[in-house]
Amino acid sequence: MTAYIIRRVLWLIPVLFVVSVITFALMHSAPGGPWQREKPLPAATVALLDEKYKLDQPVIVQYLTWAGNMLTGDLGPSYKYRSRDVNDMVASGIGPTLQLGVMAFLLSVLVGIPLGVIAALRQNKVPDYLATGISVIGIATPSFVLAFLLVLIFASGLHWFPTGGWRGPETWVMPTVALAAFPIAQIARYTRASMLEVTRKDYVRTAQSKGLKERSIVVVHMIRNALIPVVTILGPIFAGLVTGSFIIETIYSIPGIGKFYVNSIGQRDYGVIMAMTMLYAAAVAVMNLVVDIGYAYIDPRIRYS
Amino acid sequence: MATRTQALEVPAGLDAKPTSLWRDAFGRLVRNRMAVVGGVIVLILVFLAIFGPFLTPYPYSAIDYKAMAATGGIPVPPLSMGHLFGTDNLGHDLFSRILDGARISMTVALVVQVVVIFIGIPMGAAAGWFGGRMDNLLMRITDVVYAFPDLLFIILLSISFKDTWFGGAVDGLLLVFVAIGIVSWVTMARLVRGQILSLKETEYVEAARAIGVSDFRIVSRHLLPNAIGPVIVAITLGIPSAILAESTLAFLGIGVNPPRASWGTLINDGSLWMSSTPHMLVFPAIAIALALLSFTFLGDGLRDALDPKLKGKQ
Repeated sequence: MTAYIIRRVLWLIPVLFVVSVITFALMHSAPGGPWQREKPLPAATVALLDEKYKLDQPVIVQYLTWAGNMLTGDLGPSYKYRSRDVNDMVASGIGPTLQLGVMAFLLSVLVGIPLGVIAALRQNKVPDYLATGISVIGIATPSFVLAFLLVLIFASGLHWFPTGGWRGPETWVMPTVALAAFPIAQIARYTRASMLEVTRKDYVRTAQSKGLKERSIVVVHMIRNALIPVVTILGPIFAGLVTGSFIIETIYSIPGIGKFYVNSIGQRDYGVIMAMTMLYAAAVAVMNLVVDIGYAYIDPRIRYS
Repeated sequence: MATRTQALEVPAGLDAKPTSLWRDAFGRLVRNRMAVVGGVIVLILVFLAIFGPFLTPYPYSAIDYKAMAATGGIPVPPLSMGHLFGTDNLGHDLFSRILDGARISMTVALVVQVVVIFIGIPMGAAAGWFGGRMDNLLMRITDVVYAFPDLLFIILLSISFKDTWFGGAVDGLLLVFVAIGIVSWVTMARLVRGQILSLKETEYVEAARAIGVSDFRIVSRHLLPNAIGPVIVAITLGIPSAILAESTLAFLGIGVNPPRASWGTLINDGSLWMSSTPHMLVFPAIAIALALLSFTFLGDGLRDALDPKLKGKQ
């Protein structure tokens, strides 16, 4: 197991390397540069800026410079926000982004799994239909639509929550719900299906015929086994939350790192694009690894070699 | 003698004609109410996508200056001045815009799945069948694609090529197709690979090999047809993700070029006016919800119908 984990961690290095090369190549293959404006800058200014930021050098040299700096923890300058470097931007934005992501992840797990379990235990009864209804809303409403609907109802209409910002618990509610709705639906659907599958298993019938309490059958025999396949989708769900967060951050004007991302690509703010992509890719890769390892822990039948 | 023939009579219930796998699956599908509703809505959406322009008196880019003058530049509310869904803030007929949006969404659904089929299935089949280096290559590509958050890659690709011929082709949609296709084919390849790996050990494949059937023929005639069920399900369930990805891009202002507008663009426009004239947000939101749900229900139904063992499993 230890060997497996080490191998997987080492494997992250080439994967992230390839991701960085692809991103770098795509960015630089595109026409235009960071100094492109509605009103073009004088050629001499562009040349000076290029020289200052070493953009006049071959792309491969630029890549190596970037990679070298990144490995020493220097993410480079931002061309858009000239007064700040990328480290600064990441440091100031990572807090809200991380908090939003973790809260949405917890919410989707803590709501999605019970919803799925209840739906399966009361199959084709009112709780099942209620749970299914909630999943349907989650699937049918993209996060950006839900974000606006929440603002329309709970901020503009009922004045329960402020429309945006990131100042305290009352500003956290709507973004977290908007971001978590789709994963809640996914997890609930998956859990329900998995629970129904487990219900038909022999060991559940054995437990029932032994006369065990319904409660212990459900908790010990059914939920534990039903959750094993659910764990496998937590990796992709986390990836979805990560990329979903920058839309939500933009809509609710949350000062996280996601907000910078879309703008930075349009403005060819190379340093920011690279830093954000690597950060997101690393987060997703690490999360996938954690899920795979967690999978082995909760299911003793799985042995990695 | 007479008594014997009677004893050989087929018991009730077994005298039905043998049904093919497809007929069987179709029977199960039409008994699933949600799947039927989903299927019908899908058909309606496809119909609207094809014949949309003939169903409305206004082209999607036409501006109703008269109505705009009458309201003083405020979006026309639904069911007034000859506009079924009202207009947007520029005087475009919203119904016509939504119909064009349906055309965009259905095209994305179709083209992305074609990319997925033509790259994902051959790659998965080759990796599963030949194993070794082919398989390794596929799995390494998979690792990279999975580590690259989908939406980030699509955005990066879209914005990088926005100003080239490639970015301008098909109103900017070609780029969206390719970008979504690139991140989507991997899942199909993995699915097909898994199917081939498990089917490859079956006896009928061994038999085919023993009589000297070529590799290509075994894969195309014996393995792929047996893997078709999960493939159809994956395609159907891949459609809502593709539609969602395209709308998300359009919402962020990437993708289809104006004056055409995707549902995502309409939602973005509508969000600016949502407190005064919510219809600009509500109608496109309903359209996208219908599309996402109908394909999801149809996909779920197909899964249950094609593989009864997997009933209810995602």
